[in-house]
Amino acid sequence: MESSLALLGLLCPQPSYGYDLKHAYDRFFATRRPLAFGQVYATLSRLIRDGFIVALGEEAGDGPDRKRYAVTDQGRDRIGQWIFTPDPPNDHLQSNLFAKTIIALLIEDDAERLLDLQRAEHMSRMREFTALKREADIAHVLIYDYAIFHIEADLRWIDLTSARLLELRKDVAQR
Amino acid sequence: MTALLTRETAQSIPADGPILSARAVVKRFGQTEALRGVDLDIEPGEVLAVMGPSGSGKSTLLHCLAGVLAPDDGSVVFDGIEISRLNERQRSLLRLNRLGFVFQFGQLLPDLTAVDNISVPLLLSGVRRNEALKRADDWLERLGLGDAGQKLPAELSGGQAQRVAVARALVTNPTVLFADEPTGSLDSLAAEQVMNALLDQVKAAGTTVVIITHDPRTAAYADREVIVRDGRIPAGNGVRSA
Repeated sequence: MESSLALLGLLCPQPSYGYDLKHAYDRFFATRRPLAFGQVYATLSRLIRDGFIVALGEEAGDGPDRKRYAVTDQGRDRIGQWIFTPDPPNDHLQSNLFAKTIIALLIEDDAERLLDLQRAEHMSRMREFTALKREADIAHVLIYDYAIFHIEADLRWIDLTSARLLELRKDVAQR
Repeated sequence: MTALLTRETAQSIPADGPILSARAVVKRFGQTEALRGVDLDIEPGEVLAVMGPSGSGKSTLLHCLAGVLAPDDGSVVFDGIEISRLNERQRSLLRLNRLGFVFQFGQLLPDLTAVDNISVPLLLSGVRRNEALKRADDWLERLGLGDAGQKLPAELSGGQAQRVAVARALVTNPTVLFADEPTGSLDSLAAEQVMNALLDQVKAAGTTVVIITHDPRTAAYADREVIVRDGRIPAGNGVRSA
Protein backbone atom coordinates (compact mmCIF):
# COMPACT_ATOMS: atom_id res chain seq x y z
CA MET A 1 0.00 0.00 0.00
CA GLU A 2 1.18 3.51 -0.78
CA SER A 3 1.11 5.35 2.53
CA SER A 4 1.10 8.76 0.80
CA LEU A 5 -2.18 7.93 -0.95
CA ALA A 6 -3.69 6.57 2.25
CA LEU A 7 -2.76 9.80 4.06
CA LEU A 8 -4.18 11.85 1.21
CA GLY A 9 -7.37 9.76 1.38
CA LEU A 10 -7.66 10.33 5.13
CA LEU A 11 -7.66 14.07 4.44
CA CYS A 12 -10.60 13.83 2.02
CA PRO A 13 -13.47 13.81 4.56
CA GLN A 14 -12.22 16.93 6.36
CA PRO A 15 -9.06 19.00 6.98
CA SER A 16 -6.80 17.59 9.68
CA TYR A 17 -3.56 18.09 11.64
CA GLY A 18 -0.52 15.95 10.93
CA TYR A 19 -0.68 14.57 14.46
CA ASP A 20 -4.30 13.43 14.03
CA LEU A 21 -3.57 12.07 10.57
CA LYS A 22 -0.77 9.89 11.89
CA HIS A 23 -3.09 8.41 14.52
CA ALA A 24 -5.91 7.89 12.02
CA TYR A 25 -3.41 6.12 9.75
CA ASP A 26 -2.18 3.88 12.57
CA ARG A 27 -5.73 3.06 13.62
CA PHE A 28 -6.75 1.87 10.16
CA PHE A 29 -3.65 0.72 8.37
CA ALA A 30 -0.65 0.18 10.67
CA THR A 31 -1.44 -3.35 11.79
CA ARG A 32 2.21 -4.28 12.23
CA ARG A 33 4.21 -1.03 12.41
CA PRO A 34 3.04 2.49 13.27
CA LEU A 35 3.90 5.28 10.86
CA ALA A 36 6.78 7.52 12.02
CA PHE A 37 5.94 11.22 12.57
CA GLY A 38 8.88 12.15 10.34
CA GLN A 39 7.40 10.14 7.50
CA VAL A 40 4.01 11.81 7.96
CA TYR A 41 5.44 15.35 7.69
CA ALA A 42 7.75 14.42 4.81
CA THR A 43 4.76 12.95 2.96
CA LEU A 44 2.62 16.03 3.67
CA SER A 45 5.39 18.26 2.25
CA ARG A 46 5.46 16.17 -0.93
CA LEU A 47 1.67 16.28 -1.22
CA ILE A 48 1.79 20.09 -0.94
CA ARG A 49 4.56 20.27 -3.55
CA ASP A 50 2.49 18.12 -5.93
CA GLY A 51 -0.61 20.28 -5.42
CA PHE A 52 -2.69 17.53 -3.79
CA ILE A 53 -3.11 19.35 -0.45
CA VAL A 54 -2.67 22.86 1.02
CA ALA A 55 -1.69 24.04 4.50
CA LEU A 56 -4.50 26.07 6.04
CA GLY A 57 -2.37 28.32 8.25
CA GLU A 58 -1.52 28.35 11.90
CA GLU A 59 -4.07 27.33 14.51
CA ALA A 60 -3.65 25.15 17.61
CA GLY A 61 -5.02 21.59 17.56
CA ASP A 62 -4.95 18.79 20.13
CA GLY A 63 -1.46 17.76 19.16
CA PRO A 64 1.83 19.60 19.10
CA ASP A 65 1.55 20.87 15.52
CA ARG A 66 -0.03 24.12 14.39
CA LYS A 67 -0.81 23.46 10.73
CA ARG A 68 -4.01 22.01 9.43
CA TYR A 69 -4.04 20.43 5.98
CA ALA A 70 -6.85 20.24 3.42
CA VAL A 71 -7.17 18.29 0.21
CA THR A 72 -7.39 20.15 -3.13
CA ASP A 73 -9.60 19.24 -6.10
CA GLN A 74 -6.50 17.80 -7.73
CA GLY A 75 -5.92 15.67 -4.60
CA ARG A 76 -9.52 14.43 -4.67
CA ASP A 77 -9.11 13.48 -8.35
CA ARG A 78 -5.92 11.60 -7.50
CA ILE A 79 -7.74 9.61 -4.78
CA GLY A 80 -10.62 8.85 -7.15
CA GLN A 81 -8.15 7.59 -9.73
CA TRP A 82 -6.26 5.52 -7.13
CA ILE A 83 -9.22 3.74 -5.56
CA PHE A 84 -10.79 2.85 -8.92
CA THR A 85 -7.61 1.50 -10.54
CA PRO A 86 -7.23 -2.22 -9.79
CA ASP A 87 -3.82 -3.47 -8.63
CA PRO A 88 -1.95 -6.10 -10.63
CA PRO A 89 -1.98 -9.42 -8.77
CA ASN A 90 1.25 -9.93 -6.84
CA ASP A 91 2.99 -13.02 -8.13
CA HIS A 92 6.35 -12.55 -6.46
CA LEU A 93 5.98 -15.23 -3.82
CA GLN A 94 4.42 -17.72 -6.18
CA SER A 95 7.22 -17.39 -8.71
CA ASN A 96 9.87 -17.74 -6.02
CA LEU A 97 8.28 -20.88 -4.62
CA PHE A 98 7.86 -22.22 -8.14
CA ALA A 99 11.58 -21.66 -8.78
CA LYS A 100 12.57 -23.36 -5.51
CA THR A 101 10.36 -26.35 -6.33
CA ILE A 102 11.80 -26.75 -9.83
CA ILE A 103 15.37 -26.41 -8.56
CA ALA A 104 14.71 -28.95 -5.78
CA LEU A 105 13.44 -31.41 -8.40
CA LEU A 106 16.37 -30.69 -10.74
CA ILE A 107 18.92 -31.42 -8.02
CA GLU A 108 16.79 -34.39 -6.84
CA ASP A 109 16.26 -32.87 -3.41
CA ASP A 110 13.13 -33.18 -1.27
CA ALA A 111 10.59 -30.87 -2.93
CA GLU A 112 7.80 -32.20 -0.71
CA ARG A 113 9.72 -31.11 2.38
CA LEU A 114 10.31 -27.68 0.92
CA LEU A 115 6.56 -27.32 0.35
CA ASP A 116 5.78 -28.67 3.84
CA LEU A 117 8.12 -26.10 5.39
CA GLN A 118 6.52 -23.31 3.41
CA ARG A 119 3.04 -24.54 4.34
CA ALA A 120 4.00 -24.55 8.04
CA GLU A 121 5.34 -21.00 7.71
CA HIS A 122 2.16 -19.84 6.02
CA MET A 123 -0.04 -21.61 8.59
CA SER A 124 1.91 -20.00 11.39
CA ARG A 125 1.29 -16.54 9.92
CA MET A 126 -2.37 -17.39 9.35
CA ARG A 127 -2.73 -18.52 12.98
CA GLU A 128 -1.14 -15.25 14.11
CA PHE A 129 -3.57 -13.17 12.02
CA THR A 130 -6.55 -15.31 13.06
CA ALA A 131 -5.73 -14.78 16.75
CA LEU A 132 -5.31 -11.02 16.21
CA LYS A 133 -8.54 -10.91 14.23
CA ARG A 134 -10.48 -12.46 17.11
CA GLU A 135 -9.56 -9.46 19.27
CA ALA A 136 -9.78 -6.78 16.56
CA ASP A 137 -12.33 -4.05 15.82
CA ILE A 138 -14.29 -4.34 12.57
CA ALA A 139 -11.90 -2.18 10.48
CA HIS A 140 -8.95 -4.37 11.44
CA VAL A 141 -11.02 -7.52 10.95
CA LEU A 142 -11.30 -6.50 7.29
CA ILE A 143 -7.56 -5.99 7.01
CA TYR A 144 -6.85 -9.39 8.58
CA ASP A 145 -9.48 -11.01 6.33
CA TYR A 146 -7.61 -9.66 3.33
CA ALA A 147 -4.25 -10.92 4.57
CA ILE A 148 -5.69 -14.31 5.52
CA PHE A 149 -7.33 -14.88 2.13
CA HIS A 150 -4.06 -14.06 0.39
CA ILE A 151 -2.17 -16.52 2.56
CA GLU A 152 -4.89 -19.06 1.77
CA ALA A 153 -4.34 -18.58 -1.96
CA ASP A 154 -0.65 -19.43 -1.51
CA LEU A 155 -1.56 -22.44 0.64
CA ARG A 156 -3.90 -23.75 -2.04
CA TRP A 157 -1.13 -23.42 -4.60
CA ILE A 158 1.26 -25.26 -2.25
CA ASP A 159 -1.25 -28.10 -1.72
CA LEU A 160 -1.96 -28.44 -5.42
CA THR A 161 1.74 -28.38 -6.29
CA SER A 162 2.35 -31.01 -3.63
CA ALA A 163 -0.35 -33.18 -5.24
CA ARG A 164 1.26 -32.65 -8.68
CA LEU A 165 4.86 -33.34 -7.65
CA LEU A 166 4.98 -36.78 -9.21
CA GLU A 167 3.86 -35.43 -12.58
CA LEU A 168 6.14 -32.41 -12.26
CA ARG A 169 9.13 -34.59 -11.35
CA LYS A 170 8.64 -36.66 -14.53
CA ASP A 171 8.32 -33.54 -16.64
CA VAL A 172 11.45 -31.94 -15.18
CA ALA A 173 13.45 -35.15 -15.71
CA GLN A 174 12.47 -35.24 -19.40
CA ARG A 175 13.61 -31.70 -20.22
CA MET B 1 -13.21 -48.97 34.25
CA THR B 2 -16.84 -47.82 33.99
CA ALA B 3 -16.06 -44.84 36.23
CA LEU B 4 -13.27 -43.78 33.88
CA LEU B 5 -15.55 -44.11 30.89
CA THR B 6 -18.32 -42.01 32.38
CA ARG B 7 -16.47 -39.34 34.36
CA GLU B 8 -17.90 -35.96 33.51
CA THR B 9 -15.02 -33.75 34.55
CA ALA B 10 -11.45 -33.70 33.41
CA GLN B 11 -10.11 -33.85 36.97
CA SER B 12 -8.06 -37.02 36.52
CA ILE B 13 -6.16 -35.82 33.47
CA PRO B 14 -2.50 -36.28 34.23
CA ALA B 15 -0.62 -33.02 34.76
CA ASP B 16 1.98 -34.08 32.23
CA GLY B 17 1.66 -36.08 29.07
CA PRO B 18 -0.87 -36.30 26.29
CA ILE B 19 -4.60 -36.76 26.87
CA LEU B 20 -4.81 -38.73 23.63
CA SER B 21 -2.03 -40.74 22.09
CA ALA B 22 -1.85 -42.90 18.97
CA ARG B 23 1.05 -45.25 18.30
CA ALA B 24 1.69 -47.12 15.06
CA VAL B 25 -2.04 -47.11 14.25
CA VAL B 26 -2.96 -49.16 11.19
CA LYS B 27 -6.46 -49.37 9.73
CA ARG B 28 -7.39 -51.38 6.64
CA PHE B 29 -10.56 -51.46 4.58
CA GLY B 30 -10.26 -54.62 2.50
CA GLN B 31 -7.10 -54.30 0.43
CA THR B 32 -6.76 -50.59 1.15
CA GLU B 33 -4.56 -49.48 4.01
CA ALA B 34 -6.18 -46.18 5.12
CA LEU B 35 -3.77 -45.62 8.04
CA ARG B 36 -0.24 -46.94 7.72
CA GLY B 37 1.33 -46.50 11.16
CA VAL B 38 0.24 -43.16 12.60
CA ASP B 39 1.93 -41.69 15.69
CA LEU B 40 0.21 -38.70 17.28
CA ASP B 41 0.15 -37.05 20.72
CA ILE B 42 -2.49 -34.49 21.70
CA GLU B 43 -1.94 -32.47 24.86
CA PRO B 44 -4.72 -31.63 27.34
CA GLY B 45 -6.47 -28.41 26.34
CA GLU B 46 -4.79 -28.35 22.96
CA VAL B 47 -6.71 -27.45 19.81
CA LEU B 48 -5.25 -29.54 16.99
CA ALA B 49 -6.09 -29.32 13.30
CA VAL B 50 -5.63 -32.48 11.23
CA MET B 51 -5.24 -31.53 7.59
CA GLY B 52 -4.60 -33.44 4.42
CA PRO B 53 -5.97 -34.06 0.95
CA SER B 54 -9.15 -36.05 0.29
CA GLY B 55 -8.57 -39.76 0.84
CA SER B 56 -5.43 -39.16 2.94
CA GLY B 57 -6.93 -40.99 5.93
CA LYS B 58 -7.71 -38.03 8.17
CA SER B 59 -11.35 -39.01 8.83
CA THR B 60 -10.31 -42.60 9.48
CA LEU B 61 -7.77 -41.27 11.96
CA LEU B 62 -10.50 -39.29 13.74
CA HIS B 63 -12.69 -42.39 13.93
CA CYS B 64 -9.83 -44.42 15.43
CA LEU B 65 -8.93 -41.66 17.92
CA ALA B 66 -12.56 -41.36 19.00
CA GLY B 67 -13.19 -45.07 19.40
CA VAL B 68 -15.67 -45.19 16.52
CA LEU B 69 -13.39 -47.64 14.70
CA ALA B 70 -10.99 -50.13 16.28
CA PRO B 71 -7.54 -50.06 14.65
CA ASP B 72 -6.22 -53.27 13.07
CA ASP B 73 -2.84 -52.65 14.65
CA GLY B 74 -1.23 -50.20 17.06
CA SER B 75 -2.79 -48.50 20.07
CA VAL B 76 -4.92 -45.48 20.96
CA VAL B 77 -4.73 -44.34 24.58
CA PHE B 78 -7.19 -41.77 25.94
CA ASP B 79 -6.64 -40.45 29.48
CA GLY B 80 -4.84 -43.65 30.45
CA ILE B 81 -7.43 -45.97 28.86
CA GLU B 82 -6.35 -48.07 25.89
CA ILE B 83 -9.52 -47.53 23.87
CA SER B 84 -8.33 -49.73 21.04
CA ARG B 85 -8.94 -52.67 23.41
CA LEU B 86 -12.43 -51.71 24.59
CA ASN B 87 -15.46 -53.57 23.36
CA GLU B 88 -18.20 -51.79 21.40
CA ARG B 89 -20.38 -51.17 24.47
CA GLN B 90 -17.49 -49.66 26.43
CA ARG B 91 -16.53 -47.46 23.48
CA SER B 92 -20.16 -46.24 23.21
CA LEU B 93 -20.13 -45.33 26.91
CA LEU B 94 -16.87 -43.47 26.44
CA ARG B 95 -18.16 -41.54 23.42
CA LEU B 96 -21.38 -40.59 25.20
CA ASN B 97 -19.74 -39.36 28.39
CA ARG B 98 -16.22 -38.21 27.64
CA LEU B 99 -16.18 -37.21 23.97
CA GLY B 100 -18.12 -34.72 21.84
CA PHE B 101 -18.70 -34.74 18.09
CA VAL B 102 -19.47 -32.12 15.46
CA PHE B 103 -19.86 -33.14 11.82
CA GLN B 104 -20.17 -31.26 8.54
CA PHE B 105 -23.97 -31.53 8.24
CA GLY B 106 -27.05 -33.62 8.78
CA GLN B 107 -26.45 -34.19 12.44
CA LEU B 108 -29.42 -32.48 14.13
CA LEU B 109 -32.60 -34.47 14.66
CA PRO B 110 -35.04 -32.79 12.25
CA ASP B 111 -38.18 -33.19 14.36
CA LEU B 112 -36.70 -31.71 17.54
CA THR B 113 -36.32 -28.01 18.34
CA ALA B 114 -32.85 -26.55 18.82
CA VAL B 115 -33.10 -26.72 22.61
CA ASP B 116 -34.37 -30.31 22.50
CA ASN B 117 -31.53 -31.29 20.16
CA ILE B 118 -28.99 -29.88 22.61
CA SER B 119 -30.58 -31.68 25.55
CA VAL B 120 -30.48 -35.15 23.89
CA PRO B 121 -26.99 -36.19 25.12
CA LEU B 122 -27.91 -35.14 28.67
CA LEU B 123 -31.14 -37.15 28.59
CA LEU B 124 -29.20 -40.16 27.29
CA SER B 125 -26.80 -39.75 30.23
CA GLY B 126 -29.70 -39.87 32.70
CA VAL B 127 -30.05 -36.17 33.46
CA ARG B 128 -33.66 -35.23 34.36
CA ARG B 129 -35.58 -33.45 31.60
CA ASN B 130 -36.04 -30.11 33.40
CA GLU B 131 -32.37 -29.93 34.28
CA ALA B 132 -31.36 -30.98 30.74
CA LEU B 133 -33.52 -28.24 29.18
CA LYS B 134 -32.12 -25.66 31.60
CA ARG B 135 -28.56 -26.56 30.67
CA ALA B 136 -29.45 -26.63 26.97
CA ASP B 137 -30.94 -23.12 27.28
CA ASP B 138 -27.74 -21.92 28.91
CA TRP B 139 -25.72 -23.29 25.98
CA LEU B 140 -28.00 -21.57 23.47
CA GLU B 141 -27.23 -18.26 25.18
CA ARG B 142 -23.51 -18.96 25.27
CA LEU B 143 -23.45 -19.55 21.53
CA GLY B 144 -25.51 -16.45 20.74
CA LEU B 145 -28.63 -18.46 19.84
CA GLY B 146 -30.94 -17.17 22.57
CA ASP B 147 -33.85 -16.59 20.15
CA ALA B 148 -33.54 -19.88 18.28
CA GLY B 149 -34.39 -22.37 21.02
CA GLN B 150 -37.86 -23.28 19.76
CA LYS B 151 -36.91 -23.43 16.08
CA LEU B 152 -36.62 -26.69 14.16
CA PRO B 153 -33.34 -27.40 12.32
CA ALA B 154 -35.00 -26.60 8.97
CA GLU B 155 -35.80 -23.10 10.28
CA LEU B 156 -32.17 -22.35 11.19
CA SER B 157 -29.47 -20.96 8.91
CA GLY B 158 -26.50 -23.24 8.22
CA GLY B 159 -24.34 -21.32 10.70
CA GLN B 160 -27.03 -21.39 13.41
CA ALA B 161 -27.56 -25.13 12.92
CA GLN B 162 -23.84 -25.71 13.25
CA ARG B 163 -23.68 -23.67 16.45
CA VAL B 164 -26.55 -25.79 17.82
CA ALA B 165 -24.46 -28.84 16.91
CA VAL B 166 -21.47 -27.34 18.76
CA ALA B 167 -23.69 -26.71 21.81
CA ARG B 168 -24.98 -30.28 21.68
CA ALA B 169 -21.42 -31.60 21.49
CA LEU B 170 -20.23 -29.50 24.44
CA VAL B 171 -23.28 -29.75 26.73
CA THR B 172 -21.90 -32.86 28.44
CA ASN B 173 -18.53 -31.15 29.14
CA PRO B 174 -16.55 -33.65 27.07
CA THR B 175 -12.84 -34.05 27.67
CA VAL B 176 -12.19 -34.12 23.92
CA LEU B 177 -14.29 -32.59 21.16
CA PHE B 178 -13.91 -34.07 17.67
CA ALA B 179 -15.00 -31.85 14.80
CA ASP B 180 -15.02 -33.33 11.29
CA GLU B 181 -15.09 -30.52 8.69
CA PRO B 182 -17.21 -28.35 11.03
CA THR B 183 -17.27 -25.43 8.58
CA GLY B 184 -17.31 -27.47 5.36
CA SER B 185 -20.81 -26.45 4.32
CA LEU B 186 -20.73 -22.83 5.52
CA ASP B 187 -19.90 -19.50 3.89
CA SER B 188 -16.92 -17.53 5.20
CA LEU B 189 -18.82 -15.39 7.70
CA ALA B 190 -20.88 -18.25 9.14
CA ALA B 191 -17.73 -20.38 9.36
CA GLU B 192 -15.99 -17.62 11.29
CA GLN B 193 -18.94 -17.28 13.70
CA VAL B 194 -18.99 -21.04 14.32
CA MET B 195 -15.22 -21.21 14.91
CA ASN B 196 -15.21 -18.14 17.18
CA ALA B 197 -18.09 -19.56 19.24
CA LEU B 198 -16.44 -22.98 19.43
CA LEU B 199 -13.05 -21.59 20.40
CA ASP B 200 -14.48 -19.23 23.06
CA GLN B 201 -16.15 -22.16 24.79
CA VAL B 202 -13.39 -24.77 24.56
CA LYS B 203 -10.69 -22.35 25.66
CA ALA B 204 -12.79 -21.30 28.68
CA ALA B 205 -13.43 -24.95 29.64
CA GLY B 206 -9.97 -26.31 28.77
CA THR B 207 -11.51 -28.83 26.37
CA THR B 208 -9.14 -30.63 24.02
CA VAL B 209 -10.23 -30.34 20.38
CA VAL B 210 -9.36 -32.31 17.26
CA ILE B 211 -10.56 -30.57 14.09
CA ILE B 212 -10.42 -32.45 10.81
CA THR B 213 -10.37 -29.95 7.97
CA HIS B 214 -8.98 -29.27 4.55
CA ASP B 215 -9.68 -25.56 5.02
CA PRO B 216 -6.61 -23.61 6.18
CA ARG B 217 -8.75 -20.75 7.52
CA THR B 218 -10.49 -23.19 9.87
CA ALA B 219 -7.20 -24.89 10.76
CA ALA B 220 -5.74 -21.48 11.69
CA TYR B 221 -7.99 -21.42 14.78
CA ALA B 222 -6.02 -24.38 16.14
CA ASP B 223 -2.85 -24.21 18.23
CA ARG B 224 -1.04 -26.37 15.68
CA GLU B 225 -1.74 -28.57 12.70
CA VAL B 226 -0.58 -31.95 11.46
CA ILE B 227 -0.77 -33.16 7.89
CA VAL B 228 -1.96 -36.66 7.05
CA ARG B 229 -0.66 -37.87 3.72
CA ASP B 230 -1.11 -41.39 2.31
CA GLY B 231 -2.20 -42.69 5.71
CA ARG B 232 0.80 -41.31 7.55
CA ILE B 233 1.81 -38.22 9.51
CA PRO B 234 5.33 -37.14 8.49
CA ALA B 235 7.95 -38.02 11.11
CA GLY B 236 8.35 -35.48 13.90
CA ASN B 237 5.05 -33.81 13.02
CA GLY B 238 2.61 -35.80 15.14
CA VAL B 239 4.83 -36.56 18.13
CA ARG B 240 6.93 -33.69 19.44
CA SER B 241 9.78 -35.59 21.08
CA ALA B 242 9.88 -38.59 18.77
